[in-house]
Amino acid sequence: MAIETKETYGKEYIETFSQQKSEPNWMRKFRLEAFDRSESLAMPKPDKTNITKWNFTNFKHQSEAEESAIESLDQLPSDIKVFVDTEKEDQNFVLLRNQVAVYETLDPTLVEQGVIFTDIFTALEKYPELVQRYYMKEAVAIDEHKMTALHAALVNGGVFVYVPKNVVIDKPLQAIFWQEDQELALFNHVILVAEENSSVTYVENYLSQNNEQETVANIVAEVIAHDNASISFGSVDHFARGTTVYMNRRGVAYRDATIEWALGQMNDGNTVSENVTHLIGDHSVSYAKAVSVGRGDQTQNFTAKIVNHGKHSNGIILQHGVMKDSSSAIFNGIGKIEHGGTKANAEQESRVLMLSKNARGDANPILLIDEDDVTAGHAASVGRVDPVQLYYLMSRGISQKEAERLIIHGFLAPVVNEIPITAVQEQLTQVIEGKVN
Amino acid sequence: MSGSVLEIKDLHVEIEGNEILKGVNLTIKGGEFHAIMGPNGTGKSTLASAIMGHPKYEVTQGSILMDGEDVLEMEVDERAKAGLFLAMQYPSEISGVTTSDFLRSSINAHREEGDEIPLMKFIKEMDAAMDYLEMDKNMAQRYLNEGFSGGEKKRNEILQLMLLQPAIGILDEIDSGLDIDALKVVSKGINKLRSESFGCLIITHYQRLLNYITPDYVHVMMQGRVVKSGGPELVERLESEGYDWIKQELGIEDVTVGK
Repeated sequence: MAIETKETYGKEYIETFSQQKSEPNWMRKFRLEAFDRSESLAMPKPDKTNITKWNFTNFKHQSEAEESAIESLDQLPSDIKVFVDTEKEDQNFVLLRNQVAVYETLDPTLVEQGVIFTDIFTALEKYPELVQRYYMKEAVAIDEHKMTALHAALVNGGVFVYVPKNVVIDKPLQAIFWQEDQELALFNHVILVAEENSSVTYVENYLSQNNEQETVANIVAEVIAHDNASISFGSVDHFARGTTVYMNRRGVAYRDATIEWALGQMNDGNTVSENVTHLIGDHSVSYAKAVSVGRGDQTQNFTAKIVNHGKHSNGIILQHGVMKDSSSAIFNGIGKIEHGGTKANAEQESRVLMLSKNARGDANPILLIDEDDVTAGHAASVGRVDPVQLYYLMSRGISQKEAERLIIHGFLAPVVNEIPITAVQEQLTQVIEGKVN
Repeated sequence: MSGSVLEIKDLHVEIEGNEILKGVNLTIKGGEFHAIMGPNGTGKSTLASAIMGHPKYEVTQGSILMDGEDVLEMEVDERAKAGLFLAMQYPSEISGVTTSDFLRSSINAHREEGDEIPLMKFIKEMDAAMDYLEMDKNMAQRYLNEGFSGGEKKRNEILQLMLLQPAIGILDEIDSGLDIDALKVVSKGINKLRSESFGCLIITHYQRLLNYITPDYVHVMMQGRVVKSGGPELVERLESEGYDWIKQELGIEDVTVGK
């Protein structure tokens, strides 16, 4: 069994772990400082969801399994392989198995152009200064609450993506985080930096199968789009029931930059997931699209938030959730326009579709506006499958089950269709299929 | 193959406690085209919805039989599989589901599992029917009825009718909101289905549709009942004289029900 955090994963452990990973001194100091801070910081308090009884302490920080490199993608087990377009060659791909990088590949022409796409430990070793420049600086701070501090103290995996100035990457980069060890915690840190005038599409997948064994995922992604850069960020999160998830994906967009999110939030365990984007620069844009399906007795809390700082900045949130069984979820949509963000636009839409009497879903739209000359709007709804729609479909001979399936997929389509890699899009559809049936 | 028989006997239907149909009797056989006419609010559309099983309509008395089988015992999808089809006056909009996916699911629902229509065959059939109805091919990739104009929705209903080839088709005010060109195209689609194995019930309150589709039988509904039946000559008389003579004949002042 896994062990209580405090006893096992203290300063001594962290120091040793950092040494084993040959981390630069700043990183070791950073971890230790974060650990100190974690002891006095309070847990986050997501709106309308009580997480005090969730498991955040019972986990294992390292896997005993020896991970050897994978020679080719054909060797992957089938449930991982389905996420990869294995037919396509020259892929840009990083696979972490139990937080150990076992497969990494990047188009040589991109390497020549200075693109970096590698696991976080390799990045710390090879590009320590570059990592340090962005590591929990502009996006997420260590002292936001206990979870971010613990994250910083215990990071045990992740990827680093760096796209130099003027480099436009056509093919998507894909990272798969495969928690094969059923008790292993994922303290995963993702950094994605797109320099001026660059463009990149990145897709990540989280996978585990621990329905019974308890563990924790405490994940931070920091996404930085410099002037006129464009980032498209897609994901399919699919942790099994035993994993309690804290997910923090945060974007920072500078002048004329765009960050698009397409998030498939398909975890089966209790989850707090926040996706916040700061539109710092004038004319910066973010589209935050997310779908989720709740089932069983899981409790989830989703926040999609865009903060308009820059003039003419444009933030659009779209979240669609399907709730079944006795699952419950809160969907917070927050559009915030800061003073000085003249001509900014903040739009949001949250829709929840309820499939059972015992399920609970709550859309919670919030607009916070501190500037006069702006536009903003919100739409929110919580409802059941429309019986007249069902009637229409069934009147053509389609069974009730199939009709419901069509309506649910249709309801989630606006986000599913945005996922940039075909294989991942198909897998998200499969995952949804598995969750709603 | 000889056609099916739809028998409606003494049908009483309520919506939210209001009785709309007060004893409708009607039999439609394969090969026959029936038209139901009548002013607005007399129960014509209620009859169509009750036959198909719309969730808001409650049958309180009477029976509907399809080839002797009790339709009222069937779920909506079973009614469709028994051979009934309703081209709706207000088809639902289903976001995120393409028209093409919906059509394919509908066709496959009428086939055995493992005997689904091959994709290429489906596309060929769909394209041919869309050409016949002079529809924009892009419509197949648009979400079902979402943002469709009134005319596009009606054509889409007839497209489904043509692809599913039911034994009994019910057309609920398929002509409303259509301009004359669209009306001709829609009529062409319906007439193409005329055969011994296809029976049709056309609900309309305009005579003009019946200039393009000649019915074998014409029925007039008032106050939730069929009050007059006849042949195609009845359409002409209604066109020239309106409904007043029937009202006078039957001593009816207000034709509507459930108000």
